[in-house]
Amino acid sequence: MTRALLIENARIVDPASGTDSKGAVLVEDGFITEVALGAPVGVPEGAEVINANGLILAPGLIDMRVFTGEPGKEYRETLQSAGEAAAAGGVTSFVMMPDTAPVVDDGALVDFLIRRAKATSKVNVLPAGAITKGLAGEEMTEFGLLKEAGAVCLTDGRHSIQSTALLRTVMSYAANYGMTIVHHVSDKSLTGDGVMNEGLFATILGLKGIPREAETIPLARDLQLAGLTGVKYHAAQISCAGSVELVASAKKRNTSVTSGVSINNLALNENDIGRYRSFFKLGTPLRSEDDRQAVIEGLRDGTIDTIHSDHDPQDTEVKRQPFAEASDGAIGLETLLAAALRLVHSGDVDLLTVLRAMTSRPAEILGLPSGRIAKGAPADLILVDLDYPWQVSERDLRSRSRNTSFEGARLAGKVMRTIVGGQTVHTHVEG
Amino acid sequence: MAQARAAKASTTAAGSTGDFPPFSQRHLLSIADLQQHEIIDLLDRAERMVPVSRQERKSHPTLSGKTQINLFFEPSTRTQGSFEIAGKRLGALVMNMSVKSSSVSKGETLVDTAATLNAMRPDVIVVRHSAAGAVELLSQKVGCAVINAGDGAHEHPTQALLDALTIRRHKGRISGLTVAICGDIANSRVVRSNLLLLGALNVRTRVIAPRNLLPAGIEHLATEVFTDMREGLRDVDVVMMLRLQHERANGRMIPSVREYYHFYGLDAEKLAFARPDAIVMHPGPMNRGVEIDPAIADGPASVITDQVEMGVAVRMAVLDALLPARNDA
Repeated sequence: MTRALLIENARIVDPASGTDSKGAVLVEDGFITEVALGAPVGVPEGAEVINANGLILAPGLIDMRVFTGEPGKEYRETLQSAGEAAAAGGVTSFVMMPDTAPVVDDGALVDFLIRRAKATSKVNVLPAGAITKGLAGEEMTEFGLLKEAGAVCLTDGRHSIQSTALLRTVMSYAANYGMTIVHHVSDKSLTGDGVMNEGLFATILGLKGIPREAETIPLARDLQLAGLTGVKYHAAQISCAGSVELVASAKKRNTSVTSGVSINNLALNENDIGRYRSFFKLGTPLRSEDDRQAVIEGLRDGTIDTIHSDHDPQDTEVKRQPFAEASDGAIGLETLLAAALRLVHSGDVDLLTVLRAMTSRPAEILGLPSGRIAKGAPADLILVDLDYPWQVSERDLRSRSRNTSFEGARLAGKVMRTIVGGQTVHTHVEG
Repeated sequence: MAQARAAKASTTAAGSTGDFPPFSQRHLLSIADLQQHEIIDLLDRAERMVPVSRQERKSHPTLSGKTQINLFFEPSTRTQGSFEIAGKRLGALVMNMSVKSSSVSKGETLVDTAATLNAMRPDVIVVRHSAAGAVELLSQKVGCAVINAGDGAHEHPTQALLDALTIRRHKGRISGLTVAICGDIANSRVVRSNLLLLGALNVRTRVIAPRNLLPAGIEHLATEVFTDMREGLRDVDVVMMLRLQHERANGRMIPSVREYYHFYGLDAEKLAFARPDAIVMHPGPMNRGVEIDPAIADGPASVITDQVEMGVAVRMAVLDALLPARNDA
């Protein structure tokens, strides 16, 4: 039995129960064994005591969309370096996308990743299994075996399945095992060689546009098939007003449908591209300010369930290219929380709603016991200074890649301590 | 006023730019970067360069001892040739580099290429690249002046300047005219530079194209947008035709050349809707019988060869403005 840990004098914010109140939490053997609101608690003999000094104590964040470079592109990111970045960002669990080399389309690889992560990563790594072999969108993988090996959901990562018939089949088969399909919606032919949101700004820059319909058309198809098959369906990341409307409408009929949004689409818009800044070239393009506002409204009213980082490490070689030729993607594990807190500080969304989208909602969608501060839950916790001012500098980031879309951004809110399974894995040190 | 300017030009020594204040920009990357007075300044400088090329000794060696690299990632005969002649008439050492660029089989990155060339200490690099923004990216990595000779569907600033110079010399003015640009608006860098430049000089701009070739938001960039060519040409002073890439008329964007020519090819019947003194322009290379009737291309309204001549003058002016002669020479 490891030493007990008491975190006292904290502002406990637990979205699952709607709690926002002073209190203390007792942790024993990696689990929360007591949550005391208001009244002071006795200190168990020999316990380590952390005085939170009024900082927010929240469940550790669960990030539903993280790309790593391991296996295959370790120079971009390893499970170890992603774990460092996650711990510093308050992310205690992340879902690892199967877009690796080799692709995570086999139970043996899931098993390997879980072992490898236990040995090298500071935080919980939750592998997602590929829906189709090699992410090629043609042949389905062994869903049942992937699940038994420990895959938390099925996704083709940054790939989008084009065949409607195949989608119907995979949804039906996933429902058979109670697995959630997390699907990135993008119509390949309509996207064409587009590289940013279609509109005046793309026209001025002379860049090919991606119409919103390249997202809304396959999303409408997916939502209908979800109804037909009864699968648990999660739209991986939506970016525009039309998609928010579609999900809202589907949710009225089908409670097995959920949706997520990348922090990039909540915090940024197409104008951030400025003069061809390729760090703002993303797999789901930044849309207009009207779309960003619609997505925020969707988060506020519960149409959008989850916020994720879409952490996608890319090296300089592929990013420092003319915009159209640069790779998609930006890192985000370390900036996720502070960027999301912008919405709280601006008064757009309340704290509980923002945290819910990164804690209890992903936990519910993935069927995880974490994501809440409750007796019996894993002691994955973060202490947060809500107003701590800092400026993002790529030099300070722990990821192996430097492609942040928040370089130079002034943010408020920082993780002071990250606890995974009762163990402190990160403490903020004043620079 | 334009006559006065022309008169002034004719009484000043050919090529003399001593009375122009130093040009304020380090590079010429886009028309969007230029203020109205800078555009007019460049046109005035170009006006002064026209006689140089008409002299027997076509030499005005203000760039003597300077090195100019023409770095073309996309093949181009006329633009590269025009920049080469411009540089040589100014006495620069001109080197042409054609780089086969393919986004599929990339070896050296653009940034690497920039660093390599920079180490050779050129004074100016003229760049054409198939990707929008590529020239600007390269300019951030070198220590010399950079001129954009066309970047993807973004900009082609010297083309817009030579078009404006051609218009000014034929019409005596630019401001207040109505200019129609017709053709593949969506994929043309010439259109973007021209709309910006003409807009800055208070020209009424019209774009004419089938909807498939009009980019999103174009109504914010041109004064008026037309899909009917006759309507669009009504009473215009200038008609600019654009090249239609053959691969766009393969049934994917446009059904056929035949249909395109019928509705959007410039022939005498359609040109009759423009003002009687309207001039016809084309940035080249032309597809006779695709976007323009040969009889119009070679007819009295055509100023297409003048554009080519003005191209050399404009490029000499731009080189001269970006690389001012030092007294220590």
